[in-house]
Amino acid sequence: MGILQSFKIALKSLKGNKLRSALTMLGMIIGVSSVIVLVSIAQGSAKNVTSQINQLGTNLLTINTFGTDLSLTEDKISKLSELSGVKAVSPVVSGRVNVKKDRTTAQVTLTGTNAAYSSVRDTKVSAGRFITDLDIEYRQKIAVIGTETASTFFGAQNPVGQYIQIEGTSYKVVGVLVSKGSSLGQSGDNVIIAPLSTAQRLVGSTTINQVYLQGKSEDQMDSVKSEVEMKLASLYPNKSDSYSVTNQQDIMDTMSSVSDTMTMMLGGIASISLLVGGIGIMNIMLVSVSERTREIGIRKAIGAKRRDVLLQFLIEAVVLSGVGGIIGIFAGLGLGKIISSLLSLAVSFSSSVMLLSFLFSLVVGVVFGVFPANKASKLNPIQALRYE
Amino acid sequence: MGKPVIQITNLMKTYKLGGETLHALNNVSIEIEKGEFLAIIGPSGSGKSTLMNMIGCLDRPESGKYLLDGKDIGRMNDNQLATIRNQKIGFIFQNFNLLAKLSAIENVELPMLYSGVSAKERRERALEGLSKVGLKERSGHLPSQLSGGQQQRVAIARALAGNPAILLADEPTGALDSKTSKEILQMMKQLNELGHTIILITHDLEIAKQAKRMVTIQDGQLQENRGVLIGHSTIF
Repeated sequence: MGILQSFKIALKSLKGNKLRSALTMLGMIIGVSSVIVLVSIAQGSAKNVTSQINQLGTNLLTINTFGTDLSLTEDKISKLSELSGVKAVSPVVSGRVNVKKDRTTAQVTLTGTNAAYSSVRDTKVSAGRFITDLDIEYRQKIAVIGTETASTFFGAQNPVGQYIQIEGTSYKVVGVLVSKGSSLGQSGDNVIIAPLSTAQRLVGSTTINQVYLQGKSEDQMDSVKSEVEMKLASLYPNKSDSYSVTNQQDIMDTMSSVSDTMTMMLGGIASISLLVGGIGIMNIMLVSVSERTREIGIRKAIGAKRRDVLLQFLIEAVVLSGVGGIIGIFAGLGLGKIISSLLSLAVSFSSSVMLLSFLFSLVVGVVFGVFPANKASKLNPIQALRYE
Repeated sequence: MGKPVIQITNLMKTYKLGGETLHALNNVSIEIEKGEFLAIIGPSGSGKSTLMNMIGCLDRPESGKYLLDGKDIGRMNDNQLATIRNQKIGFIFQNFNLLAKLSAIENVELPMLYSGVSAKERRERALEGLSKVGLKERSGHLPSQLSGGQQQRVAIARALAGNPAILLADEPTGALDSKTSKEILQMMKQLNELGHTIILITHDLEIAKQAKRMVTIQDGQLQENRGVLIGHSTIF
């Protein structure tokens, strides 16, 4: 007897027991859909974190200073841009400043930097222009402001071309930044960016707090990092404890390894429910075998071979788990969509996870179907026929 | 008559029941020829069910020899026995043993399903079989929608479906009223006249008398009656 025929027989007997089949499938449906939902939530949040880190700029190296015994200066820092792997260098002076416009006052983070900052930190303007190197040279009293700062001081008006008071001095707003949203706890929108030279005067210090460097390509970041470290060591001998160079890729790797572990864990927990669903299938198949002992006896008496009976019951189990798996995929997709819209969670579906959980459900069907099917195929026809 | 379709020589089968050895079949020998209508009669516990299982290739002999169509059944494995049952033997049971969830025609198709007949041919042959037993109009009915006599006729059609060498009927009228019993017996006689070999197993002497040849089984031993009725028929 062919496989196709076995399929027909199996489907027929499943149809004859609709409620039972549906309930048995429910186990697999819950298993598969929970794997898909949990894994896609984990992957969605991982993607979220990655894109937030990427918002800080791509191929980014950061030099941070701590303590007071080291003061980075502009002329020494500019030597870093001569390194082969470095595309752009952007020194930063930062501090909190009081900003006033008419009757509105607020404390805002001031960042003094150069024109390269725009590309290094992936900071674009939505209106007006960014700082140019000429602004720094001529110590222009201009500012580029974040969207939140803009709405604080100008409301719905266009800020470009208007003036604000920073620490009592009038500054012309030349540009508004594209909104970045808050990333890693910092609001990226409540900022003022001013030319480095002007900002140094505003915060009353020439010391550069941070330097951002952009590498030329993603795969060279490790060698660029050591290049920068060596250069810094020669520029500031015996001060290596006072600064640190961090590669953004390192942070990204750590983050992704954390989120991978989380994905694995959630997927693992969810696959336990798949296993439980499989045990449910085995249970029902065992009941079904003993219920249908007489049927098996009749089939055997009129010429069904062991293989025929085995296949019939095995296919029933696999159809239960397979159909349950397919329904589970769609249930998981639907549930994921609902969860993401209700809880505003980022959800990322991956077809490989769907395929994998479907295959896993098939394997569960085979594994847990073999035992009852084998039991059925081994029944003695004489005893099976006598069974009431 | 022609050559024997069944040759049984010195067949033995014992069961162990609570430490006691029970000779269900004790040195049974019989030859059945093609086209015969044989009744095996015996009271319950006489070993007739064991003999039926043996002839029906559901069981293997412990010792002795069973040749069906010249093939040694004792030497076959389970799969070969299944094939033999499928192709050489048509079973007719006391309680019909139709599959409750299959329609009449699907029940008749079942043996052909296992022998690998194509779907189209299966359907044609099953329909032909059903019209032979006068149930062509009922082919789509489930067994529960048919009367006992009709169910047994479906079972007969199923038994005939594979065109088997022998028809093995185990108390075919045991669950039927006397009128329907007569019809079923009449049908079996007709089948015999058409050339089918029929082995009828029963405890009812009246039914056994309908056969052309009768053997008695008691305590696992077979006695040939050659159509002569035994005196103490009251025990049956």
